[in-house]
Amino acid sequence: MNQLDVRIPIGGMFTIFGVVLMVYGLVSDKVMYERSLGINVNLWWGLVLLVFGSVMLWLAYRAYQKSKPKNPV
Amino acid sequence: MLGIGWALRRFVRSSEDFFLSGRSIPAWIAGLAFISANLGAQEVIGMAASGAKYGIMTSHFYWVGAMPAMVFVGLFMMPFYYGSRARSVPEYLKLRFDEKTRGLNAITFAIMTVFSSGISMYALAKLLELVLGWNFHASIVVTGVIVLAYIFLGGLRSAIYNEVLQFFLIVLGFLPLVLVGLKDIGGWEGLTSKLTVVATNAGFESGAWTHSWQYTGAPTSNPMGIEWFGLIMGLGFAMSFGYWCTDFLVVQRAMAAGSMTAARRTPLIAAWPKMFMPLLVILPGMLAIGLHATRGGFLPIGSDGQPNYNLAIPMLLAHYMPTGLLGLGLTALMASFMSGMAGNVTAFNTVWTYDIYQTYIRPGQTDHHYLRVGHVATVVGILASVIAAYAATRFNNINDILQLVFSFVNGPLFATFLLGMFWKRSTGHGAFAGLLVGTISAALHYGLTLPRGATPGIHGGFLGTVLHHYPSEMALNFWTAIFAWTGCFITTIIVSVLTKRTKTDEQLRGLVYSLTPRIEEGHMVWWKRPVTLGIAVLVVSAILNVIFW
Repeated sequence: MNQLDVRIPIGGMFTIFGVVLMVYGLVSDKVMYERSLGINVNLWWGLVLLVFGSVMLWLAYRAYQKSKPKNPV
Repeated sequence: MLGIGWALRRFVRSSEDFFLSGRSIPAWIAGLAFISANLGAQEVIGMAASGAKYGIMTSHFYWVGAMPAMVFVGLFMMPFYYGSRARSVPEYLKLRFDEKTRGLNAITFAIMTVFSSGISMYALAKLLELVLGWNFHASIVVTGVIVLAYIFLGGLRSAIYNEVLQFFLIVLGFLPLVLVGLKDIGGWEGLTSKLTVVATNAGFESGAWTHSWQYTGAPTSNPMGIEWFGLIMGLGFAMSFGYWCTDFLVVQRAMAAGSMTAARRTPLIAAWPKMFMPLLVILPGMLAIGLHATRGGFLPIGSDGQPNYNLAIPMLLAHYMPTGLLGLGLTALMASFMSGMAGNVTAFNTVWTYDIYQTYIRPGQTDHHYLRVGHVATVVGILASVIAAYAATRFNNINDILQLVFSFVNGPLFATFLLGMFWKRSTGHGAFAGLLVGTISAALHYGLTLPRGATPGIHGGFLGTVLHHYPSEMALNFWTAIFAWTGCFITTIIVSVLTKRTKTDEQLRGLVYSLTPRIEEGHMVWWKRPVTLGIAVLVVSAILNVIFW
C-alpha cells in the first residue's frame, strides 16, 4: 500500500490545531475575547477541530483495519 | 498566530512526498479537490465582495450558474474528456479540430491564467498591507518572490491532496467567523433589517439585498443591474457552462478518478458542498455591508468613492477573531492565495512552453532547452501577474474583473465545445473563425459599453463612443459573455457549412457525441447512477432558489 490515506494528515493536522487552540484558549487573557462577543472562541472552536480531527483519524484507522486482512503487506 | 502558520507549512511540505496522486483516487477526494481547485482567493474574497456589493443575488453564481453546469459536466462532458486522450483544452481542440484552433485557444488561455494569478496576487498583497501594515507595492514584490520560490522548489506536486487539505482549512477557518458575525448582528432577522438600510440608501426596494429573484423584472430595480434574461443566459448559460466545462484546472481533478463512472460522479458529488458554499463566502460579505451601513465606515473607502468590497473578509477577521483563531483564518486565506497563484503560473508556463513555443516558435529542441524556456516563462508569468494585480486595484470587487476575463475566454470557447461535441459537421476552419469572431465580439461589446458612473478605460467604453450604459460591472460582463457566445456560435456554423470536413468519422470517434459509444450503467443501484445524482442536485438547487426568492 503505497498511497497514504488523505484522512491521516488531515486528521492529524486538525487534532494538533485543536489541542493548541484549546490550550491557548485556557491560558489566554479573557479580555481578548471582548471582540468575539465574550465567547472564548479559541477554546470552543479548538474543541470542534479536535473532534473533527479525531473522527478523521478514526475513519482512517477503521479503513486500515478493514483492508489489512485482504492484502497482507 | 504565526506559529500555526509555520506548523502548517512544515506539515504540508513534509507530507507532500508521501502522496502519489494519480489513478484510483476515491470519488469523495476527487470531488473535494474538484471544488477546491476553484476555492481560491477569487472565490473567498470575490464572492464575499459580491455579497456586499450585490447582496444575495450573488448566490446565482452557485444555484443558477455552478449547479446546472456541474451536472452538465458530469452527465455529458465527462465521457468525452475521460474517454478521449485529451489532457487539456488546447489538446482536445487539436484532436477535434486542427492546429490553429488549438493555438488561438492556447493564447487566450495563457492570458486568462495571468489574470487569475494577478488577482490572487492583488488579494494577498492587500491582506499583507492590512494585517502586517506593509506598503502595497512592497507587498506585491514580496508576493511575487514567494510564489517564484514556491514554484521552483516544486510546491505543486501532489496538488490534489493539498487541495483537499485546503478545502477543510478554509471551511473550518471561516465557519467560526460566520457564526460569531451572525450572532452579533442578530441572526438572519437582524441581518435582513440591517440590509434594508443598505438597500434603501442605494435607492432600491428594501428587500433588494435579501431576495435573489424578486427584483429581477427590470435591470434598474436590483443592485446587480441585470434582468432575469441576462442573468440566465449570460451567467447561467454562457459563463457558467463555459467555466465549468472548459476549465481544465478543475476538470483534471475529475479525470484523476478511478473509472469513467467515478469521473462522472466527481462533479456531481462536488456539487453538494459547493451548493452550501454561499453560507461561507457570500454571507460574510452581506454581514460586512450590513455593519458598514449601520455602524459607520466598517469598510475602507476606495479612490472611486465606493467602499472597497474586497476587504469584507479581512476586515471581519480583524474585527471578530482573537489571536489564535485569527491565525487559523489568515493561514487559510494565504494558503489558498498561494496555491491559486502557483497553479495559474504553472499552467501558464505549461501552455506557453508546450502549446505555443514548442509548437510554433522553436520545435525540435532538447528537453533541457524547453526546461530553461519553462523557467523563463515562470518569471515572465509572474511579472505579467504583477501588471494584472495593478489592474485589479482599479476594481472595488475582484469578482467583477475575474468574470470579465471569463466572459472573454470561456464565453466563446463554450460555443466551440458545444458544436464540436454535438455536431460532427463543424470544421476546423469554422471553429477557428468562430473563436476569433467570438473574442472580437466580446472586445467590441466591452469597448462600446460602460457601467454607470465609470470613466472609459479599463471598465470598458474605450472605443470612443458609448452605445449603452449598464447599471453595474457585472451586468456588462454577463452581456459580454452573451455576445461572445452568440458571435462564436453563429460564425462557427456558417463557416463550417461553407468549408469541407477534414476529419473522418473514424478520427472523431470518442470526440463527438454521436460517434461515441453509450455508457451502460444499468447494472448500478439506481441511487448511485450519475443521472439520479444529477437530478437530485438540480432539485435541491431549485428549492434553495425558491427559499431565497
